[in-house]
Amino acid sequence: LTAVHAEWTKLRTLPGTGWLLLAAAALTAAVGAVAANSVTCPGGGCQLDPAKVSLTGIDLGQAVVAIVAVTVISGEYSTGMIRLTLAATPRRWLVLAAKAAVVSAATLVTGAVAVLASVLAGGVLLGRHGISTAYGYQALSLGSGPVLRAAAGSVLYLALIALFSLGVAAAVRDSAVAIGVVLALLYLFPIISSAVTSPGWQRHLEQLSPMTAGLYIQATANLGSLPLTPWQGLGVLAAWAAGAMLAGALLLRFRDA
Amino acid sequence: MTTLAPYRSDRQAGRDGFTQLLRAEWTKFRTVRGWVIGMTVAMLLIVGLGALTGANSECGIQLTPTSPSLACPAPPTGPGGEWVTDSFYFVRQPLAGNGSITVRVTSLTGLYSTHGGFTPGQSPTSGMTPGLQPWSKAGIIIKASTRQGAAYAALMVTGSHGVRMQWDFTHDVAGLTGKVTAASPRWLRLTRSGGRITGYDSADGAHWTRVGTATLAGLPSTVQAGLFATSPQYSVTSKSLGGSSSTGGPTLATAAFDQLSRQGTWPAARWTGESIQNVTSQALNPAAQGYRQAGGRFTVSGSGDIAPSTADIDSVRHTLAGTFAGLIAVVLIGVMFITAEYRRGMIRTTLAASPRRGRVLAAKAVVLAAVTFAAGLVAAAVAIPLGEYLLHENGNPIPPVSALTWLQVVAGTAALLAVAAVLGLAVGTLLRRSAGAVTAVIAGIVLPYLLAITPGILPAGAEQWLVRVTPAAAFAVQQTIQQYPQVTADYTPGNGYFPLAPWAGFAVLCAWTALALALAVFVLRRRDA
Repeated sequence: LTAVHAEWTKLRTLPGTGWLLLAAAALTAAVGAVAANSVTCPGGGCQLDPAKVSLTGIDLGQAVVAIVAVTVISGEYSTGMIRLTLAATPRRWLVLAAKAAVVSAATLVTGAVAVLASVLAGGVLLGRHGISTAYGYQALSLGSGPVLRAAAGSVLYLALIALFSLGVAAAVRDSAVAIGVVLALLYLFPIISSAVTSPGWQRHLEQLSPMTAGLYIQATANLGSLPLTPWQGLGVLAAWAAGAMLAGALLLRFRDA
Repeated sequence: MTTLAPYRSDRQAGRDGFTQLLRAEWTKFRTVRGWVIGMTVAMLLIVGLGALTGANSECGIQLTPTSPSLACPAPPTGPGGEWVTDSFYFVRQPLAGNGSITVRVTSLTGLYSTHGGFTPGQSPTSGMTPGLQPWSKAGIIIKASTRQGAAYAALMVTGSHGVRMQWDFTHDVAGLTGKVTAASPRWLRLTRSGGRITGYDSADGAHWTRVGTATLAGLPSTVQAGLFATSPQYSVTSKSLGGSSSTGGPTLATAAFDQLSRQGTWPAARWTGESIQNVTSQALNPAAQGYRQAGGRFTVSGSGDIAPSTADIDSVRHTLAGTFAGLIAVVLIGVMFITAEYRRGMIRTTLAASPRRGRVLAAKAVVLAAVTFAAGLVAAAVAIPLGEYLLHENGNPIPPVSALTWLQVVAGTAALLAVAAVLGLAVGTLLRRSAGAVTAVIAGIVLPYLLAITPGILPAGAEQWLVRVTPAAAFAVQQTIQQYPQVTADYTPGNGYFPLAPWAGFAVLCAWTALALALAVFVLRRRDA
């Protein structure tokens, strides 16, 4: 537990962390509000998923969360602090576990704030643009099961993105390369799958993609058309995160710092 | 008395020229192994992902459920070399030499189907709903031959765009407005004189207005002329999460003509009716099309379209899908080109060696842009032919692309990568932190594109706006397909249509980069290194 405390002190005292987490929450809510506000649907004839629209901001918020998670370990490598940390705590996997615990806790809190703000803003703005229960859309309130699942799942999604980024950063060490790899794996899958025309391959790529599959957790309508169920989708991201953490832990264990 | 000459080193003084700075920055770039590897990786990603999409995009059709899958056929090619849809019902006679044809249209009605195909044993029009498409067409046409894609000029009434004169698929000129009814009929006249065909329209048969004149190259002396009717595919695209789904089906237009008169030499004794179409036409079964002649009155029913083809696969965009991966790699290099100096403290040496800081940044930008442009040029020039070869092997017809467009795409992609790398350099200078700078640039370029092309996330207006004002607008340089006002289609970024012209979109990215670079120079001068 000392290790966790040490990591918490490091994270807390870095000047950027607070601002970045605040930015992550603010950007998530702001993009969600803009997306909800841009919906034009007079008469309620269009097919859209209110929960997914209000939570669009996660697409951007995850990038900021990834910065925080990558910096937690890459920052130590760039300043040489890592040698001190590992000298103080020679059980290296414990260092990584402590970092994971601290980062995911910080992300969960930030994510909860961001998602709550997005859902509240989305409910008000979408209602103003004709997406309301009066036209047969699902009410955007945390009282309904699917919306609660979408909201809670989005918070978990952000935490898994943080763990995934942490694992990648532990493996590649350099912050620029780490963030590049994370963002490439998140954003490239959906672009490539949109360029492939075979439906079978498109489906496979979507099932493999950490971002596309992970965000199935936000779907509250048309679940039958998805290649995976929402929780299976989040499971795909969890597998990516676990794989990255494992690779990071092994490299950290067997490599000179 | 002896005077002592003061000691002078025989080495020449170092010069402080821009060339020296460029050389210094080039030496830095080429001696950092990671950057050279990164640039190579960027090229391999562009080529490799292009090959991957090409290898995994099959296209095949089965004429009957048990027959083997055939390669998708290419649409016919128009006089301008572009792919066209040329499918209509033609009531024709040969016209030898110069002459003209005049007719009155008294009605235009239509049927459309909300489901594709028809059930054998039933009438092809059973289950169809009455209604015209905006671009249902009927009128008179003069065509070089009945071959699909042959040169033509036509004057027509349309579902909701008034009288139009169209020729050689891409040209479209408006005539009288308003719908045609028995109470307000339309007179149409086409006159051929050599290679020139002139269209006139009239609301009363007495006062004529010239609509347009078409000059058709290589028109033979005997042409096919007569009446036609056609009606494009009905399609409604509903966007929902996970993808957009199109529902639609073939449609039929029926027009009534009378008071037909002709001038010139018409050697045939009677009219011939013929349905012009092939498997790519998306037209209603030929059995439903046809014509009736009773006295001086003709009724012609047709399905299909005479227009440029927009349903083609945008093969260039598919083969360049790897640009995004390459982009991330070059942005990384661009950011690290400056942040690495801050991290190692090298920046102090650099700025001590050349105190004019703006020039240092300019030298870095020039070296980075030149290297990235060269790498991007090679990668795009390899990725497109390789990807198209693989697409072709998988049965996809490859749309014809002019050499100029090809050059625009290859040079545009390379320039896009180069400017994006410079944007990375500028943002890296501003933030001095690599993680933040990389994220800011990638989230600024790739994320808006992703949000714009993924159906079901944002409404159409927001999608258009995203690829208009964000740096993602630059991907318009990869657009090879064209929008036509006379064709109804789903013109969205997801289908490869950008709201801005190619180089205008690229200018948006350049503007963002210029802004970031100006800020970076300002900050670099003011700030302690």
